[in-house]
Amino acid sequence: MTDTKTQVVYERPESLTDTHTHYCPGCTHGIAHRLVAEVLDEMNLRESTIGVAPVGCSVFAYNYFNMDFVEAAHGRAPAMATGIKRVSPENTVFTYQGDGDLASIGMAEIMHAAARGENITVIFINNAIYGMTGGQMAPTTLPGMKTTSSPYGRDVELAGFPIKMAEILSVMEGSGYIVRRSLHDAKNIRKAKKAIRLGFETQERGLGFSMVELLSSCPTNWGITPQEALGFVADKMVPVYPLGDYKVNAELETIKV
Amino acid sequence: MTKELLKGNEAFAEAAIRAGVEGFFGYPITPSTEFLEHMARRMPQLGRAFVQAESEVAAINMVYGAACTGKRVMTASSSPGLSLMMEGISYIAGTEVPAVIVNVMRGGPGLGNIAPSQGDYYQMVKGGGHGDYFPIVLAPASVQEAIDSIAMAFDLAEKYLSIVHVIVDGNMGQMMEPAELPPMREIPTESPPWAVTGAKDRDPNILTSIYIDPVEEEVTDLRLLKRWKEVEKNEVRYEEYALEDAEMAIVAFGTSARVASSSIRDAREEGIKVGLLRPITLAPYPEKRLDEISEQVERILVIEMNSGMMLDDVRRVVQGRVPIEFYGRMGGITPLPDEILDEIRRVDTNKTEVKGDPREAWMARLEKNIMGEDK
Repeated sequence: MTDTKTQVVYERPESLTDTHTHYCPGCTHGIAHRLVAEVLDEMNLRESTIGVAPVGCSVFAYNYFNMDFVEAAHGRAPAMATGIKRVSPENTVFTYQGDGDLASIGMAEIMHAAARGENITVIFINNAIYGMTGGQMAPTTLPGMKTTSSPYGRDVELAGFPIKMAEILSVMEGSGYIVRRSLHDAKNIRKAKKAIRLGFETQERGLGFSMVELLSSCPTNWGITPQEALGFVADKMVPVYPLGDYKVNAELETIKV
Repeated sequence: MTKELLKGNEAFAEAAIRAGVEGFFGYPITPSTEFLEHMARRMPQLGRAFVQAESEVAAINMVYGAACTGKRVMTASSSPGLSLMMEGISYIAGTEVPAVIVNVMRGGPGLGNIAPSQGDYYQMVKGGGHGDYFPIVLAPASVQEAIDSIAMAFDLAEKYLSIVHVIVDGNMGQMMEPAELPPMREIPTESPPWAVTGAKDRDPNILTSIYIDPVEEEVTDLRLLKRWKEVEKNEVRYEEYALEDAEMAIVAFGTSARVASSSIRDAREEGIKVGLLRPITLAPYPEKRLDEISEQVERILVIEMNSGMMLDDVRRVVQGRVPIEFYGRMGGITPLPDEILDEIRRVDTNKTEVKGDPREAWMARLEKNIMGEDK
């Protein structure tokens, strides 16, 4: 026998359940879930965290996260999270929302949660389309982009312009940490994880509202391959939704993660 | 404790505080606003949660989230606000978590007005939100009874994992009368086993109203229905006045019943044998007692501050055994004792058969009265 040393280099985070997801091949929800789970493990928060699932493709997020979860009405996750956090401030509370949920039907709830400086963390998945209902135009759909409800391409004259949530939320005084990241390649995924960490650090330090917007792919409803979809994020979405830090509380700048 | 002169809305809010409410989430709306204002003053003093939400939609969803932690939480609003809350109410019902909602009703539909009304009977008693669910509805008729109802509402909500609506009209929210508040209830330190508190040393708790498999949804709806049948069996509450020898029964709730009591006293002095059945729980409805009364009396007069909503429930229970007549005022108008006394006299001497919808004859009389008043 040769002397071998074994070392675990990769395993399922405790914050994820041992199950298959219902997400389509090439969808980046799985990556986003894993990043959140890794961060909660690293911060040792799993046992005190309460997640709030949205209406949308991630409606069943609670089947994949191994922690207490509630399931909100469409767009109301920030209100539900507010209720939980206000009566149970000792718990870590996060919402996981898509763009239709957060930037369309839930616009009032997200804006006022930020305005109040609710000490919650929001993971915002922006894939520029409604996934669960089968590919309709979202408030984040790019100009000219074809969807089942913008079959000739989003005409900004008739259907308006994409809504840039990170930019909007960054001007709210209650916001502590507002950034946009992307999940289209390994380098950006690593940056996204750091941002998620800082989002939860914001909450743990009581620095107010935190939101991490994650540009994501939807090959099924975009009608392209997973590989092409990642390219679409990089080439088409990033120019409309620039990556970057939109608001960072000064206290967070001292944190090394 | 001694009786104090208390304003309705403030007394109801303080009653909720005494009952151990740990979170209040609301939005200002007349005639319920003093409830929110009282909470804004008192909750921070006690280290409890108060949020003035951006809308009734947000307020009820804050209640929903907070209710999932197993703590006593509530909101208070008025009719148009309740319409906005119906989404969250249905979700709360579907998730089977307890919540207490106070509705200080006003005139409608639409923006209507801010005067007292009972026009939300259908919306409150028959559900209002989507899907198969059954809220408990308490309809107190005095400031004291409302104070007591709010404490009872939390107990019932927790016992049956249900929504409990406490409905009063603007009169009761705005009036002052002597009443006694209960002592402060101690806040429990233990959470119920279903609550989301963080999955420490146990499997995760998931609270949701989604059952994507119709079979699972049907099982859930059946569970809700079975629980409702238990509520119907155990929780019917009503009050009777002067019914022992009555030949005519008035059926009325809340303020209408209170006004009717004065009229009944006067009618009794005139020798008219009239009594009152006042449902305190509008859901579950006191069907059995009404059924018995309909065997005893010769006529029933239903009085409401709406277009005859509870009337439908009375007709459903009585099934034509005795004639039913109706007197209602709508649009935010509270009937006066003299109006009801006139109705009692009229019904007492009316030997003609009442056929079809009792609203028909009432509408004709009301129209004539209103036109007359205008002149």
